[in-house]
Amino acid sequence: MRGILGYGAYLPYRRLDRKGIAPVAGTGGGRGTRTVASFDEDTTTLGVEAARNALRATPGAAPRALLFATVAPAYADRTNATAIHAALRLDGGVPAIDATGSVRSAAGLLRLALEGGSSALVVGSDIRGGLPGSGDESAGGDGASALLVGSDTDGPVLAEYLGGASATAEFVDRWRTPGDTRSKLWEEKFGENQYLAAGRQAWTDALKSTGLTADQVDHAVVTGLHARAVAGLGRKLGVREGVLADDLAATVGTTGAAHAGVLLASVLDALAGSEAAAGKVVAVVVLSDGAEVFLFRTTEALGSYTPSRTVAEQAAGGAPIAYGKFLAWRGTLQVEPPRRPEPARTSSTAAVRSTDWKFGFVGTQDRSSGAVHLPPARVSMRGGTVDDMEPIPMAESVGTVKTFTIDRMAYSPSPPVVFAVVDFDGGGRLPIELTDMDADQVKIGDRVELTFRRIGTADGIHNYFWKARPVRTASSESAQEA
Amino acid sequence: MGSHGIKDRVAIVGMGCTPFVEAWEKGTDDLLIDAAQETFASAGIAKDDVDAFWLGTAQTGMSGMVLSKPLQLQNKPVTRVENMCATGSEALRQAAYAVASGAYDVAMAVGVEKVKDGGFQGLNAFPVPGDGTARTLTAAAMFSMVAPAYGHKYGVSEEEMRAVLSHIASKNHYNGARNPRAQFRKEIAPEKISAMPKLAGQLGVFDCAGVADGAAAAIVVRAEDAYKYTDKPLFIKALSMVAGNGSGVIDPEYDYTTFWEIAACAKDAYAQAGVTDPRNEIAMAEVHDCFTPTELVLMEDLQFADRGTAWKEVLAGAFNLDGRLPVNPDGGLKSFGHPVGASGLRMMFEAWLQLRGEAPADRRIPETDRKLALTHNLGGYPGEMVSFISILGNELG
Repeated sequence: MRGILGYGAYLPYRRLDRKGIAPVAGTGGGRGTRTVASFDEDTTTLGVEAARNALRATPGAAPRALLFATVAPAYADRTNATAIHAALRLDGGVPAIDATGSVRSAAGLLRLALEGGSSALVVGSDIRGGLPGSGDESAGGDGASALLVGSDTDGPVLAEYLGGASATAEFVDRWRTPGDTRSKLWEEKFGENQYLAAGRQAWTDALKSTGLTADQVDHAVVTGLHARAVAGLGRKLGVREGVLADDLAATVGTTGAAHAGVLLASVLDALAGSEAAAGKVVAVVVLSDGAEVFLFRTTEALGSYTPSRTVAEQAAGGAPIAYGKFLAWRGTLQVEPPRRPEPARTSSTAAVRSTDWKFGFVGTQDRSSGAVHLPPARVSMRGGTVDDMEPIPMAESVGTVKTFTIDRMAYSPSPPVVFAVVDFDGGGRLPIELTDMDADQVKIGDRVELTFRRIGTADGIHNYFWKARPVRTASSESAQEA
Repeated sequence: MGSHGIKDRVAIVGMGCTPFVEAWEKGTDDLLIDAAQETFASAGIAKDDVDAFWLGTAQTGMSGMVLSKPLQLQNKPVTRVENMCATGSEALRQAAYAVASGAYDVAMAVGVEKVKDGGFQGLNAFPVPGDGTARTLTAAAMFSMVAPAYGHKYGVSEEEMRAVLSHIASKNHYNGARNPRAQFRKEIAPEKISAMPKLAGQLGVFDCAGVADGAAAAIVVRAEDAYKYTDKPLFIKALSMVAGNGSGVIDPEYDYTTFWEIAACAKDAYAQAGVTDPRNEIAMAEVHDCFTPTELVLMEDLQFADRGTAWKEVLAGAFNLDGRLPVNPDGGLKSFGHPVGASGLRMMFEAWLQLRGEAPADRRIPETDRKLALTHNLGGYPGEMVSFISILGNELG
């Protein structure tokens, strides 16, 4: 039996109210909200967070491949998945591979993983935008999803892969030259017709290959960037009333390469932990340059699965961001930078020596005194023993704000910098930047957890490291205590 | 093994100090030449009489040639030293030890920093290539964490702490207003200081030392030769330096209400000088008031006040110009600004003026039978700093 062994989604903290767009852009906007990646997030860091959520909920998981898909890669001409690989501290023998280009890339990787032989962590991640006032800007959302795919020999299968179908079609209804921020669109009806044809074909083929009928499907998710085609196909699947799942357009937006995984996670979240979790047929349909259909049947294992952070809980959380700030974060609106020297580029040679620390947040613990050293040290600050330390992975640690400061002068892509001295529960202290919060919210005693972020970019080199953010979910607090 | 010091073995016999200002019209060479000329004249010697030089600069130039070229030194050793914001003090320390060792008869310490050619406000350390995980906070933000920690530990309310910090800044500006070499020469009322918008934590612009260009210098000789150069030499009683191990930043036991390095440095300095009761033996102190909370905590780490009481002593005026132990009678970093390589020598220059009775009457420290001055210079941040302390006296013994 092959299928989904674990899953996680990550939705960034900020929400743009679409009503805020038209007063500034003069056009666009609409109802509801969309998720917005922070200034210190990119598709790589979103992917790390989703993957952490998936792996945290799937103890003992050891994926044999990391497959990463995004439409908005942080780097060209080098792999982005390797940073995720490093942050997850996967073994060096585990390949990390990008598939960048389209929403279809994510569906394609999922298909390769499901139809392949070994276990794989399939991460889809996207930051969706467009020109101010555009439909893409409004309809898009930022987020990531991670699906751990494998066989029952790799761990309990939560949702067995029954089969599926592809329909590949070459038609130009949306296009973008690499480097442009804006996609251009052909007249809407053209794409709709193309997608409905491809979608119906793949759907029929998938049902046929699995021997299922449409009314046997219990949950169906349909996603793609063409909203009319997605809605239209949803109506034509022939599934029972109530089977078609919420596409989260009103709260999250369409998170591109991440969205199929986000929606699947949302469906599985609702079943996870319940006695009725098993035996449900779940369909996933992705419309992108054709169509991809996947059919799963949930198992009893899903009944005892506890998601790390549910999609619903993340979608309901978050805090508003003003449209102007959103535009500034995206670089669309150039705002006056802090009048400070820009940081120097990260030294690649120094970074490679500290991969475990920089990407994995692994410190060292002195064997004799127990003192935790962040960053890792060779000589103990207590007792002075030399080279007598154990590595201590701290990325999942929760800490407490001992004291803090708000720095209105330090260089930051989004001042002011909120910095806190954090004491971690398992020992160790680090003065660390806080994120996903407003400067007036921080106080001594706050509980914080670690999050993988892009500290900045200099000379085109992205500087990845960890920040701390307030613990906002009950599950993360209890996960630490366990 | 031990830290023995060089008490009464080396004397300062000449000093000079340029005004500390935004010296748009002067370059590094000008500042060095001005400070050196004043210092040579002060000791009554010529540059060729000096056997060796130590040049302190944090980042204005590399190598001893930063000094040897503008002064046109012929075949002389010049060592460039750097120890963060304690760089100027470190230059003096090296020069004094060179004389004490017998290697040289006459040595000179020069400190300089040309900050204002950088184009940015504040001090900006040159970037060292790294893995990108180092903190990027400003010094103001790091030191701002001291005030709430101190207040929390000793039950000082936010309003009381604000008054304490404003008193420190106002006191230093009062002194600086009376110093022609200072950059800021205006008294500033505590209320105005308190009302400034916040830059970092609870610190406003008047809680922070400014920046400036400047240079200062000293000539040191063996103590037995001192009176050949001046009637009023200053004898070095102690030179103490501690470079911290940085553990405060990562050790949960550190509480941001003290600077471990400075407490240790003070202990060593007092031992070198044979000082057992600093409050009654030291006539004045120049301390590193980079930010107002720094000066508050220094009063305790330097043993000028008991733990948890310095804030009351500050408010009672104990460290005012006419207080029981005047601190920063020249106006401090607060009034001077901080040309990193020069500041430590600028502090000693004030000790030079005060202990020789040459400070102008309107900022002269009270007459006492105390014969010692202390200068304290630090570099770094709470939890990871270098600390320097000198104790100087105008008498042997």
